[in-house]
Amino acid sequence: MAAKSIISRPVYGTLSPQPGKHHLFVADAEGALAISDMAAGAPAGFFGDAHIIFIPGHDGKHVATLEALRPARLYQGHTFASALPRLKQTLANAHMGLRVYLSGTEGLIGQAMQAALEAGIDHTSIQTEHRGSLARRMQCVHCKGITENVTTQPATCVHCGLLLLVRDHYSRRIAAFQGVCINAEDRSEIPPIEEAFP
Amino acid sequence: MSTGTTKLDVVVSDVVPVNDLVTRFHFRRRDGDLLPTFSGGAHVVVEMRDGQRTRLNPYSLMGSPLDTREYTISVRRDDVGRGGSLFMHRNVRPGLEMVISYPVNLFSLDLRAKKHLMLAGGIGITPFMAQTAQLAGEGGNFELHYTCRTASLGTYADVLRERYDRRIRLYHDDREERIDLDRLLSTQPLGTHLYVCGPAGMIGWVRDRAAALGWPAETVHFEHFAAPQPGLPFDVTLAVSGKTIRVGEQQSLLEAIEAAGVDPPYLCRGGVCGQCETNVISYDGKFIHNDHWLSEEDHRSGCKIMPCVSRFEGKSLVLER
Ligand code: FES
Repeated sequence: MAAKSIISRPVYGTLSPQPGKHHLFVADAEGALAISDMAAGAPAGFFGDAHIIFIPGHDGKHVATLEALRPARLYQGHTFASALPRLKQTLANAHMGLRVYLSGTEGLIGQAMQAALEAGIDHTSIQTEHRGSLARRMQCVHCKGITENVTTQPATCVHCGLLLLVRDHYSRRIAAFQGVCINAEDRSEIPPIEEAFP
Repeated sequence: MSTGTTKLDVVVSDVVPVNDLVTRFHFRRRDGDLLPTFSGGAHVVVEMRDGQRTRLNPYSLMGSPLDTREYTISVRRDDVGRGGSLFMHRNVRPGLEMVISYPVNLFSLDLRAKKHLMLAGGIGITPFMAQTAQLAGEGGNFELHYTCRTASLGTYADVLRERYDRRIRLYHDDREERIDLDRLLSTQPLGTHLYVCGPAGMIGWVRDRAAALGWPAETVHFEHFAAPQPGLPFDVTLAVSGKTIRVGEQQSLLEAIEAAGVDPPYLCRGGVCGQCETNVISYDGKFIHNDHWLSEEDHRSGCKIMPCVSRFEGKSLVLER
């Protein structure tokens, strides 16, 4: 789990079953394991009211794990972007009593959280659990472009090409970490690039 | 000292009987200035000089927050209470000079909500008078469900109906009309916040059902001022100020501490805000905790007490005050 460094840095917990009438899960890759771990302690019939939106990723693992929970609905998306309309639709039609659980990478948790906040859910009532890659979603503070799946420090902005220091400063509004030019004085100065968010 | 409650010198500008039990009081500033701004749900503590005794009772402001030329409160007469409401009904007349606290809001609207669902019981309607006025001014989305014993005791029901029409739903006990609470709570759009003000039983019922139906605690707001309960007199030692005092039958512990010349903090005087929390140094006897602030664990530990509403029975009690 990511360590708490500065105040805007999100802190994640462990999914736990909440009282409620409906349960919406959004997960990617190993986030499925957070759901199945939670299921072990969930009351009988819990998944009878559950809707899972799952983005398995390229290796397509863990789908069977989720199927075994027999949720009321299980939707698989290619990417988060392709699952987003479904997530928004689900939230728009939902009533109070729906509980939201997010698990997987920070990028997924952050973006799904953004959709939930827009729908009027308070972030403190959303269950989150970080699993899998530490890859970050990063916003370049110079061109405002978003680069997905950043694993190195520093990292190159795919939009403007600047070399950016990936900060812990996180924006809940855009669900991304801030990246700031690391060699603004002298572009030829290239610090060593390390795998920081495997 | 009453934290954050600087005093306001006011004069009673009007007293209006509303029905058999409820009277409305209007206050203006003695110097003619505007009163401080407040937000819907705020209350003031009214000081009543009753002979030797000063009573301090909290009442919700019920006027529109958009109009601060005057403050209005409504007081329900309680014939078996400790006398504050009777004092207001019997002794307070237009022209009387009084002192009230600055407004404090322990029951404010969460303006991030997409919709506000309000539930009122009896005199619990007063904070909603101000909240609905505030939201109506801002084009807010609200719905108010109001239960009262009989139509004639439906304080301001007619005013609300007139102002907001179908956003107000009334339920009369004598006609066996009851809120279908589970249905109401289960059909609210995501992003709704719930507000409840009324008798303790109603608040407990609504909070329990909301929690069971999956409403996160942050979306459920409630206000209940427990009036201090009378009880057996008891003695208290105040360690810091080195005084030993007696709490009378009709007096609250907080009032007794104040009468001894110690100025403890308070905001609500109803066991909900947490301001008056006091450490217990030692005791021999049993606490009668009437507050909604401390956890059950705190209550069991015997280490803390809320002197605005709680009492004690036994041999000795030493507080850190
Ligand atoms: S004054 Fe608010 S809890 Fe005692």
